Amino acid sequence: MDFRLSEAENKFRQEVEKFILAEMPQGYAERDLYWPGGYGAIGEFEIRDPEVEKFRRKMGERGWLTMAWPKEYGGGGRSFVEQAIFFDIVSYHGAPGMDVSTLISGPTILRFGSEEMKREWIPRIVKGDLKFWLAYSEPNAGSDLAAIQTRAVEDGDFLVVNGQKIWGSGAHVADCGWMVARTDMDAQPYKGTTLFIVDNKTPGITIRPIINIDGFHSFNEVFFDNVRVPKANVVGEMNMGFYYLMVALDFERLVISMGGFRRRFEDLVKYAGETKRNGKLLSRDARIRARLAELAIDIEIAYVLYYRTAWMMDNNLFPNIEASEIKLVTTILSRKLADTGLEIMGPCGQLWPGSKYAPIKGRFALGYLDSLSAVIGAGTSEIQRNILAQRGLGLKRK
Amino acid sequence: MDLGLNEEQEMLKKSAREFLSKECPKKLVRELDESESGLSQDLWKKMAELGWMGLPFPEKYGGNGGSLLDLTVLLDEMGYNIVPGPFFSTVVLSGFTLLEAGSDKQKETYLGKICSGDMIMTLALTGMEGTYSPASLDAEAKSSGGNYVLNGTKMFVPDANTADYMLVVARTKKSSDPEDGVSIFLVDAKSTGLKVTLLKTLGRDKLCEVSLKDVKVPADNLVGKFNGGWPVIKSILRKAAVCKSAEMVGGAQASLDMAVSYAKERVQFNRPIGAFQAIQHYCANMVTDVDGSRFITYKAAWTESEGLPSDMEVSMAKAWTSDAFKRVAVLAHQIFGAIGFTMDHDMHLYFRRAKAGEIAYGDADFHRENVAVQLGL
Repeated sequence: MDFRLSEAENKFRQEVEKFILAEMPQGYAERDLYWPGGYGAIGEFEIRDPEVEKFRRKMGERGWLTMAWPKEYGGGGRSFVEQAIFFDIVSYHGAPGMDVSTLISGPTILRFGSEEMKREWIPRIVKGDLKFWLAYSEPNAGSDLAAIQTRAVEDGDFLVVNGQKIWGSGAHVADCGWMVARTDMDAQPYKGTTLFIVDNKTPGITIRPIINIDGFHSFNEVFFDNVRVPKANVVGEMNMGFYYLMVALDFERLVISMGGFRRRFEDLVKYAGETKRNGKLLSRDARIRARLAELAIDIEIAYVLYYRTAWMMDNNLFPNIEASEIKLVTTILSRKLADTGLEIMGPCGQLWPGSKYAPIKGRFALGYLDSLSAVIGAGTSEIQRNILAQRGLGLKRK
Repeated sequence: MDLGLNEEQEMLKKSAREFLSKECPKKLVRELDESESGLSQDLWKKMAELGWMGLPFPEKYGGNGGSLLDLTVLLDEMGYNIVPGPFFSTVVLSGFTLLEAGSDKQKETYLGKICSGDMIMTLALTGMEGTYSPASLDAEAKSSGGNYVLNGTKMFVPDANTADYMLVVARTKKSSDPEDGVSIFLVDAKSTGLKVTLLKTLGRDKLCEVSLKDVKVPADNLVGKFNGGWPVIKSILRKAAVCKSAEMVGGAQASLDMAVSYAKERVQFNRPIGAFQAIQHYCANMVTDVDGSRFITYKAAWTESEGLPSDMEVSMAKAWTSDAFKRVAVLAHQIFGAIGFTMDHDMHLYFRRAKAGEIAYGDADFHRENVAVQLGL
C-alpha cells in the first residue's frame, strides 16, 4: 500500500492547479454557487457563458476533458486516479470541467458506437465543443427508469420520437440530448429501449423551464412531437439502450466533487476560528469542535472510498459496491455539511447569497436547500442501497 | 498510489482466516470468554509457531521484520474470528514499547521472548479514572537504594492475569506539565506486593485491577528515559488505537457476513427476509460502514507504519470505527431478531467486542477532540 501521490501524480496535480488559477474566467468562482453533491446550482446547467466555453476548450486542448480515454481517440491516456485528482482540484476551485458529453456520452460511443459515429462525434467532444443533456427520466419513470413511455418509431432512415422527458438538467443550454426511448413496445422494457443522440434544434422539440428550490433554472421538461432523428444517431444496436445505459453508469462513478466538500469545510473551520459568540470563539466550544471533527472524518471516509474506487478502476477491479457506497456517503455528507454549517452559524446562517451579513457568502444557506437534491439525483439513496444489497451482497429481490 | 494489499499480505490474510477458522472455533472463544484465564496455551503455541508474535519486529530479535501494516492485516482477521488471549497486550502494547524505548539488552531478552511466544506481557497504564491523559496517572515510583519502589493502583490492565511481566507506567516527578515526569518500568508479575484482580466486564475480555504496594523494581528495569516515558506512551497509544481499529474492522466484517447469510436463509412471510428492502437497506448501510472503516484504518496504519505524522489519521480511524462497528453490530442483531439475543448464538460475542473496542485506547469522543486539535481548532 502507498497512500501518497506518486511524483507524476503530484506533478499533474500542481499542473492542474496552476492552470486553473491562471485561466479561470474572471470572478467565476465568486459567481458560481455550486454546492458539493447538489444538482440545483451548477453554473453550467443555467447559462451558456462564452468565457466558460473558452476555458473548457483550453482544458480540451490539454486532453483533460477526456483524460482517461485511450490516446487513439484523442484521450489523455491517463489513469482514473489522475482523473480523480483532477476532479478534486477542479471542484476545490469551483471551476467548470467535465460534463455529460465527456463523462457519459463519449465513453459510451467509444465502447458501443460505430466507426462512423465515432468520427462524427468524438473529435467535437474531445475539444469541449458539445454540451449534452441527459434525456432519461420521465414523469412516470424516475427511480423505475424501465417504465419510460416515450416512443421512437422507425420510419425509413429516421426514428420518429413522441413523448416527454423531465429533469433534463441544462437542456436549454445544451446542443444535444443523450436519450433513451422505447423502440419495441412488445418487448420487456429492458430489451425494447434504444439509446440515441437528438439535436436540440430538431423541429418538434419544446423545452420548458422548471425552477428548482434554489430559485434557479437548471431543470427542464422537454416535449417531443413527431421529432425526426436520423438513425445514424443511434448508439450501438437498436433495442440495446438499457444495457448501454447500465454500462455507462460505470463511467460516472467518479463524478464526485470531493474538492468542493473540502473547500466548504475549510470555509467553515475558518469561520469557527474567527467568529465570537458570547465573547468566545466558536472554535473553543466543545460541541462545535466535536461536530467539525465529525465532518472532517466524514470527508476523509469519502476520500478513502473515492481514491479506492479510482484505484480499483485502474487495476481492472470492478468497483460495483464502492461506487454506490461513495454516492451514498457523499450525498448524505452534502446535507450534513450544510445542516451542521447552519447550526454552527446560528441566526446569520439563514441569510441568502447577496445579503450583507451572510457568512461565507450565504453558500451554506443555499447549500441547505440544494442538498435536498443530492440524495435524489442520479439514483436516490434508496436505489443505491438496493444496488449494494442486491448486486453487491447478493440478496434477492423476491 | 497503491491502495491494495501486496502479495504477502494477501497470503497472510488468507492463511490467517484458514488457520483461525480451524484452530479457534467459536466453541473455544466461548470457553475462553467464560474462563478465568482467557488463554489457550495450545492456540498460543500454534500462533507462535506461525511467527505471529514476531510479525512486526526486527529479525535480530527473532521477529519477522514485517510492518505495523502487516500486523493490521493479521489483526483484521483476528477480529473477524474474535481470538481471545493476550496477543494484543503482548505484541502491540508491550512489544512496540520495548522496541521503541527498551535498551538493547531489554530488547534481546524480553522482545526476543515475545517473538518466540515464550513471554506474555502487558501494559499497565490507566489509573483509577481509566482515561488516557498523563494528568490522570496516579501510580508513583520512587528511587530507593538502587531500586525503584512502585505504589498505586492500575485499572483496566488487559491480560494482567496471565502476564509474566508488565510494563507499568508511573509518575516519577511532579511537574506543571503532566507529560513531564512519567516513567515506564518492567515489572515481574510475581513481584511481592503486586496483586492482580480480574475485573468482570461486559466484553469478557480479561481486564484487571493491578495493585502495587511497595513493589521493588531493579534499576535495570527502567524502560526508556527516566521522566521521559510519556512520548513513548503517546506513540504506543497511537499504535494501539489503530491496531484496535483493525480488530474492530474484522469484527464488523464478520457481523455483516453472518447477518447477510442469515438474511438469505431465514424465511418469513414466504420469502427470505433479505428480499425485504428494510433488511436490504440495513445490509447496505452495514457494508458501507465496514468498507469505510477498513480503508480509513488501513490508511492510518500505513501512515503510522511509514513513520509519517499520523495523529490525525489515527484519531479519524479510531473515532469512525468505534462508532461504525457498533452501528454494524446493532443492525446485525436487528436482522437476527430474538435468536441473536441468546447466549447460544455467536452474535453477542461481536456485540460485546464492539463496546469493549470502542472504549479501549480512546473512544470516539476522545478521538474527535484529537481531530479538532489537529484541525487547529
